[in-house]
Amino acid sequence: MFPLEFWIAGVMLISLIIYMLTGGADFGGGVWDLFATGPRAKAQRALITQAISPIWEANHVWLIVIVVLLFVAFPVAFATISTALHIPLTLMLIGIVLRGSAFVFRTYDSQSHITHRRWSRVFAIASSITPVMLGVTLGAVATGTIHSDTPPDFISPWLAPFPFAIGLFTLTLCALLAAVYLTLETEDAALQEDFRLRALIAAVSVGAMAGLSFFLSAEGAPAIRRGLSATPWSGPFHVVTGVVAVWAIWAIWQRQYRLARILVPLQVALIVIGWGIAQYPHIVTPDLTFSNTAAPDAVLFPVLIVVGIGGLLLVPAFGYLYVVFKRRG
Amino acid sequence: MDNLLAARAQMAMSLAFHIIFAAVGMAMPLLMVIAEGLWLKTRDAVYLTLAKQWAKGTAIMFAVGAVSGTVLSFELGLLWPEFMAYAGPIIGMPFSLEGLAFFLEAIFLGIYLYGWERVPRYAHWFAGMMVLIGGTLSGIFVVTANAWMNTPAGFSIVNGQVTDINPIAAMLNPSSFSQALHMCLAAFLAVGFAAAGIHAYLLRRDPGNAFHRKAFAIALSVGGVMALLQPISGDISAKRLAKYQPIKLAAMEGQWETERGAPLRIGGIPDEDAEVTRYAVEIPKALSFLTHFDFNAEIMGLKDVPKENRPPVAIVHIAFQIMVACGMVMLAAGCIGGWLAWRRRSLPTDGWYLRFVTCCAPLGFIAIEAGWTVTEVGRQPWVIYNIMRTADAVTPMPNLVIPFISFTVLYIFLSVIVVILLRRQFFQSLRLESKSVGEDSDVSA
Repeated sequence: MFPLEFWIAGVMLISLIIYMLTGGADFGGGVWDLFATGPRAKAQRALITQAISPIWEANHVWLIVIVVLLFVAFPVAFATISTALHIPLTLMLIGIVLRGSAFVFRTYDSQSHITHRRWSRVFAIASSITPVMLGVTLGAVATGTIHSDTPPDFISPWLAPFPFAIGLFTLTLCALLAAVYLTLETEDAALQEDFRLRALIAAVSVGAMAGLSFFLSAEGAPAIRRGLSATPWSGPFHVVTGVVAVWAIWAIWQRQYRLARILVPLQVALIVIGWGIAQYPHIVTPDLTFSNTAAPDAVLFPVLIVVGIGGLLLVPAFGYLYVVFKRRG
Repeated sequence: MDNLLAARAQMAMSLAFHIIFAAVGMAMPLLMVIAEGLWLKTRDAVYLTLAKQWAKGTAIMFAVGAVSGTVLSFELGLLWPEFMAYAGPIIGMPFSLEGLAFFLEAIFLGIYLYGWERVPRYAHWFAGMMVLIGGTLSGIFVVTANAWMNTPAGFSIVNGQVTDINPIAAMLNPSSFSQALHMCLAAFLAVGFAAAGIHAYLLRRDPGNAFHRKAFAIALSVGGVMALLQPISGDISAKRLAKYQPIKLAAMEGQWETERGAPLRIGGIPDEDAEVTRYAVEIPKALSFLTHFDFNAEIMGLKDVPKENRPPVAIVHIAFQIMVACGMVMLAAGCIGGWLAWRRRSLPTDGWYLRFVTCCAPLGFIAIEAGWTVTEVGRQPWVIYNIMRTADAVTPMPNLVIPFISFTVLYIFLSVIVVILLRRQFFQSLRLESKSVGEDSDVSA
């Protein structure tokens, strides 16, 4: 009933959601390492490290899945994006390299306090830059200024208010996820309070960045704006997302952390889905759609089979990883 | 620096950097699971300490390998968008499978590194096996994609358009088997000898140390076996080249004339202007025999193709000589070690032999770098052999020298840090081992 590329696009959207909820939260952990303050700054950093050590590398692979599916299934879109957005993607990659390396160096280089702090700083700054550049890239794709047939100027599609608003929006989402997860990583009430406060700040920032992004989309990404506001599903969808967001803030406020750990990821997932639907059927607005860049079915069908087999193998493997390291009490 | 050269330099530098970490991430798990398996079998705590010590080194190397691999998957598009727009769908199958295998590797490595006290012993060992399988499979799949660039298959071209894509046929192209086999053996060989060399060095300073004796025994066995197998795999590769990429073979051998009964050249410097290879030791008719089992078989020479379709001959020939020389030295080290061990029924720890193995430590990695130089430079000027030129694949992005320099500086910096950290790990372990093997066994048993 749906063409094969539709299913691939769906798998990519789901992968992006999981990447945000897992890998995004790991970046958010780096943000809170950067902003670790007060008498418990050291304990905050230790908690963040302990929370992400066993899982960040596995979480990171979702990004590779998205890239591979993009170049296999939508090769022209991949070529267009990576040509026009060479600079933000390169900055994102440098962030990815420094984040991962600094994190592992810090773990195995605890010789002196000073070097430890230095790696911490690199890890934290790289963790903060990377999601911004990821968001800038996703925002730039929606601006309608990238064309596959004319050579790009390499700057203007991304160095604009709307892509950077999306970049900061992404950063606040990562920070919110991390803060909420971290409330459940410790039994220490004072540390929980630290991350509760951070979660509240992040939640309010998410609201502000959502509003700003929507405002800027009028000029910066008109096609997305239409998708977000002028279709029959958009009203109810925004209401649901808004209700979940407010409910999540209430749960954090009430210290109902388990509830918050369900609501906040749900909120993030709804935001990503809302963006995905608004973007559909375009992969790079305005010229490239999922259908006009799709590889032939002879390519897509085997890839979907691999995705299916992958799901069967990865769900239990991921489940085991998370049960081993994230089950409490 | 012109843009094409900058793009090629950045790609070459990124691959040269990544492949070290990828090879370690692929092969170290074998040493770890052997050590841990011996611990499970013998309950000798030294093996457990060894597995943990090796796991620390692997953790550092794997993390850098994972992030530099991510860079490469993006660089395919950042530097070669035309190539990816053309080839992405055709070679998508190995890349998709690689993603899956890498996923398993990363998940189980997390369990392996941080799960010593959290999962049952055999589940932990199983996690190590999964890391080994996942890492090896992802290496195989990535090499398969590269093999396709050498011997493109699984599609047809009608009026300049790609049609009839068969992803499975593309994946199982004529070079896949020989290249994947050669790379897998190379990774285990390089890592086996690197580990054996380091422990040989430490053993010489502390001869009675049980930890380094056991480490040396395991690593040397792995490296030695691979050193014996690798020439067979090299022979398979040479025969495949003779059939499918005769120009690459001619460049490797410095063979300019098409002739029957071509000699095997050892050493020598190809002169690309005069179109001769000078100063080489020639073994008459050996090349014809090695590639065709026939002393008088015809070997194609470089002069058969126009100059603009030839790879840079000197680089390819010299890189090939370096690779083979490294392989031969390690083969000798493996044979001598095996013979001594068999004669004496004990580990050969004579001073001269330990010194010899210590010198072998970097050779496997030098051979890997040289081998990839042969296969990549030897394919030039094509990115997809006989289909797309590298010059036609490059991005229109200007000033590529800037990202090239940025990544080079970044990677040099990371290399220095990794070397410092690994050194510290080894010497820390040396200090720890000389006194506390006994204590450690109580904690972990």
